[in-house]
Amino acid sequence: MRASIWLIPVVLFFGLAALLYASLGRDTETLPSALINKPVPAFELPELLDHQTTYTQDIFKGRWSLLNVWGSWCPTCYVEHPYFMQLASQGIDIVGVNYKDNKAKAEKYLMDLGNPYSEIIVDNAGDFALDLGVYGAPETYLVNPDGVILVRHAGELDAQVWAEKFLPLLPNEMDATVVPAAAAPMP
Amino acid sequence: MRGLLIACAMVLTLAAQAFDIYEFETAEQEQQYRKLITELRCPKCQNQSIGDSDADIAEDMRRKTAELINQGMTNDEVVEYFRARYGDFVSYRPPMNATTAVLWFGPAVILLLGAFGVVFAIRRALQRNLGDDEETL
Repeated sequence: MRASIWLIPVVLFFGLAALLYASLGRDTETLPSALINKPVPAFELPELLDHQTTYTQDIFKGRWSLLNVWGSWCPTCYVEHPYFMQLASQGIDIVGVNYKDNKAKAEKYLMDLGNPYSEIIVDNAGDFALDLGVYGAPETYLVNPDGVILVRHAGELDAQVWAEKFLPLLPNEMDATVVPAAAAPMP
Repeated sequence: MRGLLIACAMVLTLAAQAFDIYEFETAEQEQQYRKLITELRCPKCQNQSIGDSDADIAEDMRRKTAELINQGMTNDEVVEYFRARYGDFVSYRPPMNATTAVLWFGPAVILLLGAFGVVFAIRRALQRNLGDDEETL
């Protein structure tokens, strides 16, 4: 009886130590999105390359697409850009959200590096991004044909993230088109 | 001379606040704004409120907060607005639910356990003392 009482603090200590140890190195920067399984918020914004065209949330309906928040001012966007070119060449629709950018600089970015986007929504004020819960660029979302957000990834999207977070949610008929991406060397 | 000093002081305060000044119709709304920017947490620069942070997103959130207050929203409604977009993380007052229950009740439970422990230990010590006394008698 006596021994068991003195065991309590020891057990508590090791329990706490195990808990803290398990949390070491855990990524606390990445926040869960509040919009998972919710529709893309309503918006009405122009196309970057053609200001006559205006888009609404309806462009996400009827197809699988990625929504990628980017800006020419964002260093990580340059890093992940080649991977988006690859995804686009495999037939993935990528809708860009040009976030708080300058039109000329954004156009130069695409001119220099190539344009992986099927549409580019211009969000200079950052209101659409705020509705999406964006807290920095880049951020990438997977949207299903009902216009509902399934995944949010904050930060660089690469082959590993694609294979782990995005690919498992895509329908089978699209798997064939993206196998090379999943098979790409993992860092 | 005194006038000059006051003028300098006023210019300095202007400079310090120049980065965002929002107009409110009433003093209550301004109070509401000041309270909210300390209670909303910046999602980018964690552990800072949006009032403390210079990050772009914090600035956007302050602007939105001012806008929503001017639309007549209550504090709860403004917090709810951001919570719908950024999740529970955005509020420095966590809501009570299954995942935060430990946070809310944990300290009280530990305090109670400690109190029980102390009472138990004292009673045992007293009993032993009494026992000792009886033996010596």
